[in-house]
Amino acid sequence: MTAARGMWSERDTTPSAIEEALRELVKEHCGHDDAYAPARVLNLVVVVDRDWRGEIMNRLDRVGRYHPSRTILCAVEDGRTSIDATVAITAADDGTPKPGELALARERVVLDLGPRHLEKLDTIVDPLVVTDIATVVWSPHGHPEAVDALLHLSQVVLLDSVNEPDPGAAVARAKDLAEEAYVVDLAWLRSTPWRERVASTFDPLQWRPELGRISAVTVRHQPQSVVAGLLFMGWLAARLGWEPGSLVAANGSLRGNAHGRRQDVELRLESDAQMSVPGLAGVEIATASGMGISLYRGPGGLTARRSDRKGRESTWTVLGASRGESGILGEGIRQALLRDPAYRSALDRVETMVR
Amino acid sequence: VATVEQQPNPLVEGLERLPVHPTTLVIFGGTGDLAQRKLLPAVYNLAHEGALPERFNLIAVSRSDLPHEDYRQMAREAIAKHSRRQPDEQVLSKLLERVRYVPGTFDDDSIYERLDGELREFDEEAGIPFNRVFYLSTAPEYFPVIIGKLGAHGLERREGAEVRVVIEKPFGTRLQEALDLMRLGHSVLDESQVFRIDHYLGKETVQNMLAFRFANGMFEPIWNRNYIDYVQITAAEDLGIGSRAGYYDSAGALRDLVENHMMQLLTLLCMEPPVTFSADDVRDEKVKVLHAIKPVEAHHAIRAQYTAGMAEGKEVPGYLQEEGVPEDSRTETYAALRVQVDNWRWAGVPIYLRTGKRLARKVTEIAVTLQPVPHLAFQAEGSIGVKPNQLVMTMQPNEGVSLSFGAKIPGTRLRIRPVNMEFLYGTAFLSQSPEAYERLIMDAMRGDATLFTRDDEVEGQWRVIDPVLERWSQDDGPLPRYAAGSAGPEEADSLLDPGQRWRAI
Repeated sequence: MTAARGMWSERDTTPSAIEEALRELVKEHCGHDDAYAPARVLNLVVVVDRDWRGEIMNRLDRVGRYHPSRTILCAVEDGRTSIDATVAITAADDGTPKPGELALARERVVLDLGPRHLEKLDTIVDPLVVTDIATVVWSPHGHPEAVDALLHLSQVVLLDSVNEPDPGAAVARAKDLAEEAYVVDLAWLRSTPWRERVASTFDPLQWRPELGRISAVTVRHQPQSVVAGLLFMGWLAARLGWEPGSLVAANGSLRGNAHGRRQDVELRLESDAQMSVPGLAGVEIATASGMGISLYRGPGGLTARRSDRKGRESTWTVLGASRGESGILGEGIRQALLRDPAYRSALDRVETMVR
Repeated sequence: VATVEQQPNPLVEGLERLPVHPTTLVIFGGTGDLAQRKLLPAVYNLAHEGALPERFNLIAVSRSDLPHEDYRQMAREAIAKHSRRQPDEQVLSKLLERVRYVPGTFDDDSIYERLDGELREFDEEAGIPFNRVFYLSTAPEYFPVIIGKLGAHGLERREGAEVRVVIEKPFGTRLQEALDLMRLGHSVLDESQVFRIDHYLGKETVQNMLAFRFANGMFEPIWNRNYIDYVQITAAEDLGIGSRAGYYDSAGALRDLVENHMMQLLTLLCMEPPVTFSADDVRDEKVKVLHAIKPVEAHHAIRAQYTAGMAEGKEVPGYLQEEGVPEDSRTETYAALRVQVDNWRWAGVPIYLRTGKRLARKVTEIAVTLQPVPHLAFQAEGSIGVKPNQLVMTMQPNEGVSLSFGAKIPGTRLRIRPVNMEFLYGTAFLSQSPEAYERLIMDAMRGDATLFTRDDEVEGQWRVIDPVLERWSQDDGPLPRYAAGSAGPEEADSLLDPGQRWRAI
């Protein structure tokens, strides 16, 4: 066992020893120094492959103010049979409280364990989570058995459906998990600014009737982010009462139709090889009355273009900074404490599209 | 699923950020201190977060004769200096492309004609009438001038869009002036178009009070005269007046903080539960509290001025030695009132308000002291005593709620001492609070007036404060003093009932 101020580690340890060390460290750090208070927002349990542990820790370090208050990172290493643990108490921000103000203390537990531990991971993690606050599970490198084991401990599952190579399997897994816990899907969050913009574009009363006349929707996405595009389509379908059919692959894109109240809507999902970051690249919407709306990524926000049946065009920028991958993860953690009713209904529509 | 032709917009369900109608924001006083330090950075941060309306323009109006490009450069520098985040160059550049500048004095008709032209040009370019928000970030004497000119030039209405006017405090310096200002405003605008900003209301802390009181059943049964002994509302500042001598010497502590911010805290603390949290339901309840406040008696209002003393280990000058302060100034830098809310819930409960500059510490808090237990069974020797429970809501510096109660000292004997149960907002939430101006600018663009001061609220606040100011203006007796860095003047103790004490600052 080794211990330094704010830190403890032990090889071949047990959950109860880790829990005791955590308790002592929190008491030492916050109980003896009034300038620190332990943050109590949510527990985040992360299951990662041992080789990618550093990359995930770096991503978590960059989420800034959306950092969970207690992180339990389970690094899975092939062949390992024992558990090694490190516990650290760190201060939020730059760690130095301003005079008269408090600094928040956060706890990070890193567990090195083996695949044999995953099916009973709940028995290892249970003593380590702070009770009475939300527990979020995130398993970015697969390990579904670990997620299943932790489901009864957690209220929220964080996932990124764009990581799943098969969109059908991604949707099926998300639906299964949504039966057991609240799902925050980063693929869904990647479409949020686009959904907000489309909602705004049709919000003025004089343009709202055009929603009922939508005849075609094209979504362009980064090649791996087809699920983000599907969720955007599913959202439109759910909100506007469309019944989508299956999409079929054709010339590198997915195409299909949705049955709308007034007319069928042509749906197209197109991969954009130029796009290097996960998410959507653009959205185009056409209406039966000749109106066209397009939104594309541009400098300083989204470049919006509207054309009407007389061919008049108007272009403007919808301002907003790119959130980046750390911003998306931070947003995912924040959303774990909120509830978005629109995701489930979008997911239901997507299920019929990928059948 | 709603039919699309019907309201509301079926796409908004589940969205955290609801659409806001395309808007042009016009800042009168666009080169001024408030615009540079607060308004422009707030607009930038809203742009950064994608929170501005989908289509947005900004027009600044001010006296300096600048071309558009020079104003944009000034705005860029102000945002870089004062924004709470490092600006993203691309977002900032795109935002500044939507900024125009109209130079001129506020009484000059030609600026309103030019403004009208710019506004129409924006509307025509987009093919839709934009909402218009006129933000009066000017000295108060220009409010009547600008509102009158907006009316004279037909800028107070726009078919197919909303027109709103945001006014910064102070809303007058005396009751009559406030009434005159409101009358003039109403000759041009409906009350629903007027958004009076008291930026204090935009702070998350103040809104948390509504949540604290009305989302928690455990406090409601004791929130009345049967259980509450007295209340202290404190807004203490450790700093002096800095470079604001010109403003502060004509305002004083009572106008600067009590008439607006502290009266807001008082009304939120004392109001009945509103039927809904709509703007008017909330404000109706606040106004009822103001109506219930009895006139403040002469001996229930204390004022004082700070003298030289020590702050943070350094010698600091007295108020009269501060740069720009007249040497015979009688302006109060400290004010304390004993207020009585004469209604069923609060009759007989003294509510003490105190504020001051150069006090020992910066703190804003509301301390609610409950009545002591009727029978003190725990008087064992060695007890520190059974003190009445105290609920303290701290707004700054560490926003939170603390409840003191008696607990047994470990050992074989039953001895009691008070302990605190603490809740700190910062430990329980992930998000930072947005700047008050970001919230309020968005609310004004959205047309949500909940956090803005309605005309009858302004009048009610002045009806409490004006008689005190009148008495003080007639009183040329000696002015109480307190040393800089202290807890305030001893005279303030005279407001308290026997057995009561001011909380330590």
